[in-house]
Amino acid sequence: MDYNTLLQVLDSTVRLATPLLLACLAGLFSERSGVIDIGLEGKMLIAAFFSAAIAAMTGSVWLGLGAGIVSAVLLSLVHGLASITFRGNQLISGVAINFLAAGLTVLIAQDWFGQGGRTPSLIGGGRWGNITLPFADTLSGVPVIGPLYAQLISGHSLLVYVGFLMVPLTWWVLFRTRFGLRLRAVGESPEAVDTAGVSVVGLRYAAVAICGLLCGIAGSYLATGLQAGFVKDMTAGRGYIALAALIFAKWRPWHALGACLLFGLLQAVALRYQNIDLGGITIPVQVMDALPYILTVVILAGFVGKAIPPRAGGEPYVKER
Amino acid sequence: MTDTAPAIELKGISKSFGPVQANKDISIRVMPGTIHGIIGENGAGKSTLMSILYGFYSADAGEIWVKGEKTVIPDSQAAIRAGIGMVFQHFKLVQNFTVLENVILGAEDGGLLKPSLSKARGVLKQLAEEYELSVDPDTQVQHLSVGHQQRVEILKALYRQADILILDEPTGVLTPAEADHLFRILDNLRAEGKTIILITHKLREIMEITDTVSVMRRGEMTATVKTAETSPEELAELMVGRKVLLRVDKAPAKPKEALLEIENLRHLDGQGVEKLRNISLEVRAGEIVGLAGVAGNGQSELLNVLGGYADATGTVRVNGREIPLSGRGCDGMARRAAGIGHVPEDRQREGLIMPYSAWENTVFGYHHGPETGSGLLMDNAAIRKEAAAKMERFDVRPPDPSLAAKNFSGGNQQKIVLAREIERNPDVLLIGQPTRGVDIGAIEFIHEQIVRLRDMGKAILLVSVELDEIFALSDRIAVMFDGRIMGVRDAGETDQRELGLLMAGITEDPGGDAYEAVDAAMDQKDHREAARHG
Repeated sequence: MDYNTLLQVLDSTVRLATPLLLACLAGLFSERSGVIDIGLEGKMLIAAFFSAAIAAMTGSVWLGLGAGIVSAVLLSLVHGLASITFRGNQLISGVAINFLAAGLTVLIAQDWFGQGGRTPSLIGGGRWGNITLPFADTLSGVPVIGPLYAQLISGHSLLVYVGFLMVPLTWWVLFRTRFGLRLRAVGESPEAVDTAGVSVVGLRYAAVAICGLLCGIAGSYLATGLQAGFVKDMTAGRGYIALAALIFAKWRPWHALGACLLFGLLQAVALRYQNIDLGGITIPVQVMDALPYILTVVILAGFVGKAIPPRAGGEPYVKER
Repeated sequence: MTDTAPAIELKGISKSFGPVQANKDISIRVMPGTIHGIIGENGAGKSTLMSILYGFYSADAGEIWVKGEKTVIPDSQAAIRAGIGMVFQHFKLVQNFTVLENVILGAEDGGLLKPSLSKARGVLKQLAEEYELSVDPDTQVQHLSVGHQQRVEILKALYRQADILILDEPTGVLTPAEADHLFRILDNLRAEGKTIILITHKLREIMEITDTVSVMRRGEMTATVKTAETSPEELAELMVGRKVLLRVDKAPAKPKEALLEIENLRHLDGQGVEKLRNISLEVRAGEIVGLAGVAGNGQSELLNVLGGYADATGTVRVNGREIPLSGRGCDGMARRAAGIGHVPEDRQREGLIMPYSAWENTVFGYHHGPETGSGLLMDNAAIRKEAAAKMERFDVRPPDPSLAAKNFSGGNQQKIVLAREIERNPDVLLIGQPTRGVDIGAIEFIHEQIVRLRDMGKAILLVSVELDEIFALSDRIAVMFDGRIMGVRDAGETDQRELGLLMAGITEDPGGDAYEAVDAAMDQKDHREAARHG
């Protein structure tokens, strides 16, 4: 593998890791507050659809992004209503949201566009353009560093940079602000938060809303950045992979970055090397495509050390004596 | 007296949960700068009353006056604003936060943490000096001893400028030395003019530290008296409505051959930490051996190993026969067959299946025996009948075998477990926390049953966090510390001070102020724990 190929694989790693990273951080906010969210998938999916649909209709990728975020936040509030206000089972609420999104997107897409449950391909202003960072062209002639900067760091869409900047931002919010302290506390010990005179319900709704916001960006990026339009089930399990990455990262922002890059790398490798020839035996493309999912299972099976989740995760808060 | 407004005045507070009236028309005046005790049996409504005061519940009727002003307390925030701080029985701390983070939670200044943290650091230092409340501000709470965690709770309240402090059963989890330290802290707080409400069911504490005491019984305030003008006997009578024996009446033990022999027992927990270090102990027929110690020093593990719920190495003989300590034949059923009865420490999680009815609960663990039926089927009618008879004999109230276990009070749940384990006539009985959360009337009964079993020639191993209970029941007392048995003493030849030192791991009496030494030892244990957890 030469340097250029390596750069291409890494470049595609970055693009593929972005939606995972955003969804993973979304899950991080929710689960750190004690609300388990397996509905990341559904929220991304609905955001992907509405962002692509609105972008296709208006020609504005920004309006698309807004629509994606609004739809995902609304779905996350449904999850909040079920699991925070009505103290329902968070897993079941999450599963319901995934089914709802899977059905709703295709249904509305067929009704609006009549193209078999997809949106029209996005062109021009309906998609995110790539941003060329300053001096990318000038530096590209410099050996090693030049191509690295021009190809790997420069030349991504805005949402990729947003996704990566979310990592330090999340860390800062979580560990350096009052909101972060309370958020972490409510996921560990809601009764401590309650007796300290802070609203458990308010904090959890805030966390769930942030989760919706980030899922909205992730979904929008899928449909209007990574690809040019919405197709049925286009999230393809990314919400679940993001959850696995979250566990792998032990609910910590910087570790989440590492975990998502690892999954992104596997997806990139699977995309580039469809049939690997190992002297006689050809590894079929399906095996490569399955790699990220196999890793997900391995991680969820707990082969990567003990992950201690937020202590109050999954439990609705009921005041007790 | 008339010109000082009471720090807290409750007027006609009532509160019901469904058909149960937890508080009936309660009025009380707590004067500033005093320690006011509230004493009563479990379920008398003490905690409910305090929860109303702290804004957890709203009262159905009645008024709350704080410092002479009528105050409405709809939530904890309002209570905090009114200057009320609460130290709950079960601490409300975030385990993986540092002491500092726990203290500022909910009382931060501004959106960023840094200024709040450095301010709190200064305040804590000052409070530590003022009230003997020193805790390392940067240790995670989960690595602190229970006594220190409680200090963090007090610090939280003081940091919020509380001048009225409510403590709910504060000494239940403390060693005598820690409790003594707590009382010194409370003394200092009172000297500074703070008002303290102490909720407890321990008469000794009330007599030792309070100025005034109010007695609650079945949701009603039955009396408020000056502590100096009352006696433990009078208070006990006010609590239960009749005279009670505070001492267990028992003849001297007549121990015979050893029924339970433990030699070189070792046990590692799931993390590979050695929880039992070379334990050797014997319990003879006709004696009660009490295991004293601060919770978490290996007593629970020892009961689990003997009960067959944890693996260990070493030798254990019951009635002269060795029993397997791991692998096949090491489970609860085999232990029961070998003659070991077990009343687990946590009756709600290990002793009973709470949603199941009482009659079902009276056969669990023995449901394979011949008396429950033959073949695959169980003879439910016979079990019910037997259960009803057992409940009668053990004075379980209400004596209704079809009622679910969770609907009985703590004391009656414990009687169901005791009935099940004692009536099978075991040679050895393991009893963990026989009267935790049990009211005085039932405590008397349970203690009588344990002594009766001893006099029948059984060997009894008793674990309790209540040192008074250990003293009252045991013929010999073994003290555990950090997985070891620090010493075994005859109950008649030792005292609280000696046991307190042993419980802190000190075998030589240092003389002078023993409590200082105990505190130092507990601090060392904290540091060891912290180091172990990295």
